[in-house]
Amino acid sequence: MAHAVTATETLEEKLTQELGYDDHFHEHHHGDKYQSNFLTTYIFSTDHKIIGRQFLITGIFWALMGAAMSIVFRLQLGFPEADMAWLQPILGKWIQVNDAGIGKLDPEFYYSLVTIHGTVLVFFVLTAGLSGTFSNLLIPLQVGARDMASPLLNAFSYWFFFLASVVMFLSLFLSTGPFSGGWTAYPPLSALPQASDGSGAGMTMWIVAMALFVVSALLGGINYVTTVLNLRTKGMNLWRMPLTIWAFFITAILGVLSFPVLLSGVLLLMFDRSMGTSFYLSEIVVGGQILDRVGGSPILFQHLFWFLGHPEVYIIILPAMGIVSEVLSVHARKPIFGYRAMVLSILAIAFLSFIVWAHHMFMSGVNPFISNFFVVFTLIIAVPSAVKVFNWISTIYGSNIRFTAASLFAVGFVSMFISGGLTGIFLGNSAIDIQLHDTYFVVAHFHIVMGIAAFFGMFAGIYHWFPKMFGRFMNETLGKIHFWGTLIGAYAIFWPMHYTGMAGVPRRYYDGGASFEAFRHFTELNQFITIAAIVVFFLQVIFVINFFYSIFSGRKSTTKNPWGANTLEWTTPIHAGHGNWPGNIPTVQRWSYDYGKGGEEFIPQYVPLKEGEHDHGH
Amino acid sequence: MTALIIVLCIILITIVLVQIGRVTELTAQIKGEREVMRDSSKWNGWISLGFLVVFLVSVFVSAWHYKNEMLGYGPHAAASQHGGALDSMFNLTLIFTGIVFVLTHIALFWYAYKYRWRENRKAEFIAHDNRLEMIWTAVPAVVMTFLVVRGLDAWNTVMADVGSDEDYIEIEAIGQQFNWIIRYPGSDGKLGARDYKLTSANNQVGQDFTDRKNWDDVIVGQEMYLPVGKKVRVRIIAKDVLHNFYLPQFRVKMDAVPGMPTYFVFTPIKTTAEYRNELRKYPEYNEPYDKADPTGPKRWEKFEYELACAELCGKGHYSMKRILRVVSQEEFDAWYKNEPSYYVSQIRGKDDDPNKGKVLDIDPVEVPQPADQDTTKKEPTK
Repeated sequence: MAHAVTATETLEEKLTQELGYDDHFHEHHHGDKYQSNFLTTYIFSTDHKIIGRQFLITGIFWALMGAAMSIVFRLQLGFPEADMAWLQPILGKWIQVNDAGIGKLDPEFYYSLVTIHGTVLVFFVLTAGLSGTFSNLLIPLQVGARDMASPLLNAFSYWFFFLASVVMFLSLFLSTGPFSGGWTAYPPLSALPQASDGSGAGMTMWIVAMALFVVSALLGGINYVTTVLNLRTKGMNLWRMPLTIWAFFITAILGVLSFPVLLSGVLLLMFDRSMGTSFYLSEIVVGGQILDRVGGSPILFQHLFWFLGHPEVYIIILPAMGIVSEVLSVHARKPIFGYRAMVLSILAIAFLSFIVWAHHMFMSGVNPFISNFFVVFTLIIAVPSAVKVFNWISTIYGSNIRFTAASLFAVGFVSMFISGGLTGIFLGNSAIDIQLHDTYFVVAHFHIVMGIAAFFGMFAGIYHWFPKMFGRFMNETLGKIHFWGTLIGAYAIFWPMHYTGMAGVPRRYYDGGASFEAFRHFTELNQFITIAAIVVFFLQVIFVINFFYSIFSGRKSTTKNPWGANTLEWTTPIHAGHGNWPGNIPTVQRWSYDYGKGGEEFIPQYVPLKEGEHDHGH
Repeated sequence: MTALIIVLCIILITIVLVQIGRVTELTAQIKGEREVMRDSSKWNGWISLGFLVVFLVSVFVSAWHYKNEMLGYGPHAAASQHGGALDSMFNLTLIFTGIVFVLTHIALFWYAYKYRWRENRKAEFIAHDNRLEMIWTAVPAVVMTFLVVRGLDAWNTVMADVGSDEDYIEIEAIGQQFNWIIRYPGSDGKLGARDYKLTSANNQVGQDFTDRKNWDDVIVGQEMYLPVGKKVRVRIIAKDVLHNFYLPQFRVKMDAVPGMPTYFVFTPIKTTAEYRNELRKYPEYNEPYDKADPTGPKRWEKFEYELACAELCGKGHYSMKRILRVVSQEEFDAWYKNEPSYYVSQIRGKDDDPNKGKVLDIDPVEVPQPADQDTTKKEPTK
């Protein structure tokens, strides 16, 4: 094998020399004058690879925060009688200790935890941490570009995210508590400080953080779109792009089109909060006080929110789909099945994602007639989603799949996407949604399909591209423990929630519904879920330790292309500098999925087509 | 102290994990790459199969265990006329998705096992198959069309407002932090006008008492009653933030929005007593209601229909409970007759009565009365 690797590397050098595109990079860039010391190399870097890693590590921080929050509110749900006084050193006054010395979680703070958990996981982890990381890392590397179209805006994109993180983090320490009105921030609850403590300064900081985040998402998104459209290397036409790039490209378009709508939505909310407007407020009596705001509609906010909110779930899941397609194909040693169908289904899903937003609002008081359209479009999404699932399964069929932590997570992703996707068929049908709306069935659905599934895509990507990011491998044994444990544990957490949801238990109940005869008989099940959540949390700690330990002491990568992959990122040096390729940029001669073709195990994209050879992507 | 122990545990776990990592890396080096891949392929292949079996078995066993939570089944059958249609939609969808779930999972993990990496084996080069793509585009499309058509048929029937010639009662549910105010129309069958600006401590709903339709309106206490078999139109509104009028057993759910009344129309088909009798058949409802009191009433005996809030409305969101009793028409009439008009019992003649000083036709007729008769609680004529 070592011999074969050397042979391909020599071939690669030869071909890059002969066919590669010479942009005279080496003549101008004897070391990057902008990246001369630690600060400019690792902190204020404009290198997309560093920025990708910054997004990833910030994302990991928030994932741990969000997961820790979920453990606290799961303890409340699973063990409502338990003494939580031991959390007082961390949570302070949010643990109310009674005369008997028993500590109880404050209900207001319970809702803060639920809210911030949702916000940071959706936006900071699964948008910035997933799409931010891998779009940055892979777009220039896989399309054959020296960097993003605008490295400076790209750096700003990270730093706006960082600022958003700082503001959100600081809001945790407010005396009135962080925002507590749910991650969807529906007014009037979010607009009226009188209605909830968290809607005071906590909400102001939440809005500021979200506004900064939207700026970050837009700067990043514009860059990704421009880079994919303009900086592809010679020969990399659209139908030769790896599915990762297709997914990041479409994701970026979704973000650029939908995030501004969220921003306008929260800005109008800000006006309502501090300037006396009434976009969302009408005929309100709160805390005995009669407000003189009339004419607004809370439903308007829901439209604006979900106009982002629905594409947002695809902003989360599409990059995971792209990563899984690529990782599965590389490790299965087999082309992705139905490449064109995969691309078309991404496009179909992305288009449909803009015309289904009101399926979150069937029960919100919109005209029931309008819901007819949204039901139709929503359930049509099942078709391209089904196509993708069948294609992934067919990719494994007849393959020779190597079980690495990366490929296992890709397989796990498909399982999660099936399980969570199928429950979407229940919820998308408005008639069934009457009963299931805002119950634990919804919680189970979206956690499996866009929470766990997206995380699995992210893990697959991290294990797979770790050698590209850090020149070392993560430990495989710990990776596999992480995978199987998380797969089983995640199902143990979320599968039972389908049953509580069918029984009608509403989500966002501080006591889990204990005061209702219809909801209170799930004590043991709630304990089971909480214990599973704690176990899964510790399995993620294994991942984090593996991640940080391996950065410094993991097994070193000795070859450029350790997985035998076709895409261009594996033609760069193990520790690639700013500019990615020291000499010519390789040109692309074929699509990226020639695995197992004509008896060759893999044929990288820079290898010219043989005479009479058919290019499958073209 | 606890904090110290936790910190120590974390450090210990970290060290253990790092050591596991190191040991496995070393053994891998000793064994060589091929050997490691062979092991990994064998083990993970078997775990895939094992997971598939355990997962599917757990799914079916747990579904069987929680069968009484299934919609439309056993104790969880709908108590409203429209509920059955929704439950059958749920179950129909469950059948289709269940089949897909089982087949795709078998294929996924079985193929992962079957096509696991083995030395000297080569993957087949299969890039695409347009015929297969057509099939698995068309089949889901047909199934979805079927589900959409049935679902929308049910949806449009359920959500239809009452017709003008229909016999129904209209009640109003007003959500506020953190309880529901339920208003009945009184003897005229019509809810009086509201203006949120009139809201005060004595006028929680903001009733406009110059509107005579308000004079007989009733604000009910903790328990609300509905007659079985009679169509109910609930007008739903909120005073402060969003709430959601949720009656789980009736498959009724609708947001309460400040400034924008919404509605839900439904017909209860089972009285509370009938529902209790059905629950009685199931062992879990024969357990004591209060676990601390094993000889006390059983769960089915204490069962009540409950009204809940299903839209996050603040820190007391989980506690917006009300009791709904569904009774026969006669029992309902008897209850309703004794519910006092809010206006007459609380407002009439007080300082905040806008009609103060005027003589209204609902006023008790001013005839000389025997001294022992109490006039303050006199009902308006129904």
